[in-house]
Amino acid sequence: MRMRVETDAETELRALFLRGLDGDAMAYRAFLLRLGGHLRAFLARRLFGWPDDVEDLVQECLLAMHNHRHTYQPEQPLTAWAHAIARHKLIDLLRSKSVREALHDPLEDEAALFAVSETDAGDARRDLDGLLETLPDKQREPIRCVKLLGLSVAETAQRTGLSESAVKVGIHRGLKALAARVRTVK
Amino acid sequence: MKTDDLVNLLAADTLPVQRRAARRRLALALVAGLPLAAAIMLLDYGVRRDIAQAMLLPMFWMKLLFPALLGAAAFVVLQRLARPGVRVGASWLGIALPVLLLWLMAAMALANAPQETRAALVMGQTWRTCSASIAWISLPLFIATFVALRHLAPTRPALAGACAGAMAGGAGAAVYALHCPELQAPFLAVWYVLGIAIPVLAGALIGPRLLRW
Repeated sequence: MRMRVETDAETELRALFLRGLDGDAMAYRAFLLRLGGHLRAFLARRLFGWPDDVEDLVQECLLAMHNHRHTYQPEQPLTAWAHAIARHKLIDLLRSKSVREALHDPLEDEAALFAVSETDAGDARRDLDGLLETLPDKQREPIRCVKLLGLSVAETAQRTGLSESAVKVGIHRGLKALAARVRTVK
Repeated sequence: MKTDDLVNLLAADTLPVQRRAARRRLALALVAGLPLAAAIMLLDYGVRRDIAQAMLLPMFWMKLLFPALLGAAAFVVLQRLARPGVRVGASWLGIALPVLLLWLMAAMALANAPQETRAALVMGQTWRTCSASIAWISLPLFIATFVALRHLAPTRPALAGACAGAMAGGAGAAVYALHCPELQAPFLAVWYVLGIAIPVLAGALIGPRLLRW
């Protein structure tokens, strides 16, 4: 039965992701929410000594997957791609705690990622909002409008006086810069 | 920040995504690096004067083909290493095979040569400068490949760095071959391989530092 659930998750998540890559923001948002659930359960099981780190790592993984979504190619199982990134980030974190050998659960099983899901988000400890504040204006303002005020790209453009494409580029570059800042404050 | 807020933010980044980005970026690195490598070769060394006659010799093409094939195989491996969760599998063989084949040819050439000429077959006339020249000509390719890799997502940075060095070194050695006067397999088996090994080693060393993401 478990196998069945995994294959379904792969099919559905992959379909949402591919639609997202084609520019369907609704599908992409749904994909990220579900992926977040899988990441949360997957990482919590492997970080049980550090429950406070789980949500930070979920966010870091989501940010990394988003910023590197161009490295996914449709002929590859999505779980293999997502698992490799989650594993990369998890090892990075454990290495920074220099307790990699304390890892009990083996990390090699790709299918394990989509086998579990946890939708109850804990609190993130890392101050992502604070990091956002350190971005240059052209990136920070579009991000603030979209995130805090929930405005669309068109509304953000009107409000900030930027062109729509400048808003899009600002968000895009801002997210890359945010990931770089997350890396340096760790 | 709540994770749901982050998700909303990520979903708002709707810039189109480049398809087959790994292949494209790495190909772009070759396209950008090769003219620079050629420029170094032309300005610092110059094409060998007898290139027209040399082109009639099979060994001239061997010398060009061996590093070019190695570089092409490194490209194939690298565009896999640059994507998370993609196994490299047997494509490693593509990098190893040209080297093994060259070594085999060199061993046969040495075995068939009289004892007293063997040293000359290995050393040629340019052994002092050959490896360093290949590394120097490869440098723009090496830099361009690392720039490309930093936009991708290698999860094994030392390996990806080494492979970037193999791609740059292979392409660089093929460019150097247009200048190089040597025509013996034993010479190539030592000094060309060493020249390519320099960027490979450099890539393996700096990969873990430069390819963090």
